[in-house]
Amino acid sequence: MKRHLPIIILIAALLAGLAAPLATGASAPGFFVEVLLGGLMAGVLYSLVALGFVLIFKASGVFNFAQGAMVLFAALSVARMAEVMPLWVAALLGVGIMVLLAIVVERVVLRPLVNQEGVVLLMATLGVSYFLDGFGQSVWGSDIYEINLGLSKAPVLILRNVFQGGILINKDDVAAAVVAVLLVVALALFFQKTATGRALRAVADDHQAAQSVGIPLNRIWVIVWSVAGVVAVVAGMMWGSKLGVQFSISQVALKALPVVILGGFTSIPGAIIGGLIIGVGEKMAEVFLGPVMVRTFDLAGGGIENWFAYVLALLFLLVRPEGLFGERIIDRV
Amino acid sequence: MFYRENGQFKQTYRQDEALLPIAQDRIVMLALLVFAFVGVPFLASNYLFLSILNPFLIMALAAIGLNLLVGYCGQISIGHAAFMSVGAYAAYNLMLRVPNLSFLVALVLAGLIAALVGMLFGIPSLRIKGLYLTVATLAAQFFIDWMFARVKWFTGYQSSGSVSTPVLDLFGWQLDSPVKKYLFLLAVVTVFTLLARNLVRGHVGRAWMAIRDMDVAAEVIGIRPVYAKLTAFAVSSFYVGVAGALWGFVYLGSWEPLAFNINMSLDLLFMIIIGGMGSILGSYFGALFIVALPIVLDRVPAWVGAPLSTAMASHLASMIFGTLIVFFLIVEPHGLARLWAIGKEKLRLWPFPH
Repeated sequence: MKRHLPIIILIAALLAGLAAPLATGASAPGFFVEVLLGGLMAGVLYSLVALGFVLIFKASGVFNFAQGAMVLFAALSVARMAEVMPLWVAALLGVGIMVLLAIVVERVVLRPLVNQEGVVLLMATLGVSYFLDGFGQSVWGSDIYEINLGLSKAPVLILRNVFQGGILINKDDVAAAVVAVLLVVALALFFQKTATGRALRAVADDHQAAQSVGIPLNRIWVIVWSVAGVVAVVAGMMWGSKLGVQFSISQVALKALPVVILGGFTSIPGAIIGGLIIGVGEKMAEVFLGPVMVRTFDLAGGGIENWFAYVLALLFLLVRPEGLFGERIIDRV
Repeated sequence: MFYRENGQFKQTYRQDEALLPIAQDRIVMLALLVFAFVGVPFLASNYLFLSILNPFLIMALAAIGLNLLVGYCGQISIGHAAFMSVGAYAAYNLMLRVPNLSFLVALVLAGLIAALVGMLFGIPSLRIKGLYLTVATLAAQFFIDWMFARVKWFTGYQSSGSVSTPVLDLFGWQLDSPVKKYLFLLAVVTVFTLLARNLVRGHVGRAWMAIRDMDVAAEVIGIRPVYAKLTAFAVSSFYVGVAGALWGFVYLGSWEPLAFNINMSLDLLFMIIIGGMGSILGSYFGALFIVALPIVLDRVPAWVGAPLSTAMASHLASMIFGTLIVFFLIVEPHGLARLWAIGKEKLRLWPFPH
């Protein structure tokens, strides 16, 4: 019971945080649900990026700072190639490029740095991320590009008879959510049902033991970086169709860090749920808490969503560093 | 080397503990300082001061600050640009609100305020370390960025949110030309470098290094982790805060919100990785490298006859940074400073390697 006390307190705090806007939302429930849905949709996109983080962290213990750059790179590749070929060919080629990238990263960066401390690997991925940002933009150009998934951008009204005025919802948001669910199911099947997946889980549990039963670590790393690359292609296409492919994707993807802190570094469901919590939390904070803060503190505008996720993760770290679903492996000092 | 150190025997503990135990090193260092203070102002052009030397000096100070935390105490931070902005805005508000305050006093106070903020965000380091700490410092980065952009009080209710500073006046000495700014910066940076060198030799620095190398062992031999980590955060943020105030007041003059954004934090981190973690000298190398590379990339292709577009140059710069970081982490984790030390060691015996 004692071990669960902090998490109960946290959930209570989260609920209280949701209840406050609910009180405001009671007067306009349709609007409240719209904000909630908007947050969930943003959360799905965060989850997609966070998934890549978790995959790589589980299998190789590398905290992959370059995941955001990988998403940008994948999105840029797909967007530029789709200008001269059908989208699905471009997407497949994009996957090919990401696999190639995984092989290069493993050969050039990970293999020489094997057995180094986590922080060194983190900084190495920072280097990879800078390289990819520069490389992607010099090869593919640095303007804003479009990825057209063929979905209409026009929002549709749903639940018109439940709420007064109905709820506006974007089709591509729904598509993103569906794709995310499919991706998670596919990953879960891959991890649970295939021999490679079993090998990946073995490596995640214990590198040395896995190696001693004959699992080739290097190949596993290539595979897991490739899988993360595929996730990056999907996330990049989703982000790209929503916001346009531009440099800011690389920065927005940093939000995946608080997401994995919240969900736990080693948990795939954690990445999804963490992403949803962060997405909903920051939208709620922006829409309902923002105006209150602007009024009380006389601010020059809102923008709470820029830091909300990080501060939430910071508070979470103080109370429950392993995240909601992570394993308790943190060594305290 | 071109000199021999034989015949110089250390006869007292004082001599043994000297900052530069070899006479020739002392002479070279003195000559370097004299050259920097007297020679450079006559030789360098205004362009060189404005675009390389002045930013280099300030960035070197900031890099020393970050190096104290990351290189000496082993606590990683991706939020140090935020502490720079705390220093800059603190100095701005002190100068704005306190009449007749000398800039030197404001500078030190700004550093102290930054140290307080740094300690606040350093508190999580007591429970978490490594990767987790990066998120805590990222929180500092984004929250502080937002705070200075949105809370009107900090920017003196300027409608644009950007602040501008007056020409600095140090006891009647106007800092109005690049050369004067250079001399002022050089003096400040020299003093702080000397302080840092001595700090890391003393018990404080040794406690930091013990924590970095193995925290549990450090605790066993009687070093208090809480004290060591928080002092590291405080001193580091103090340095960075002073550097931020200098960056704002002496280099930029006026700055917009988000002038101290996450890219600056990452640049600082790159400086110490490339220059050398756990080395004061390395901070200088790294700062020079990061400040000069974009300018070199901007100029050299034009001289060769194949000018790059600005965008291309910046992409190329980020590719080079990325490659170099990976290169240094793999080949020489102690950076340029270590290469320098190796070179010196080789030259010491040259041309007779025995």
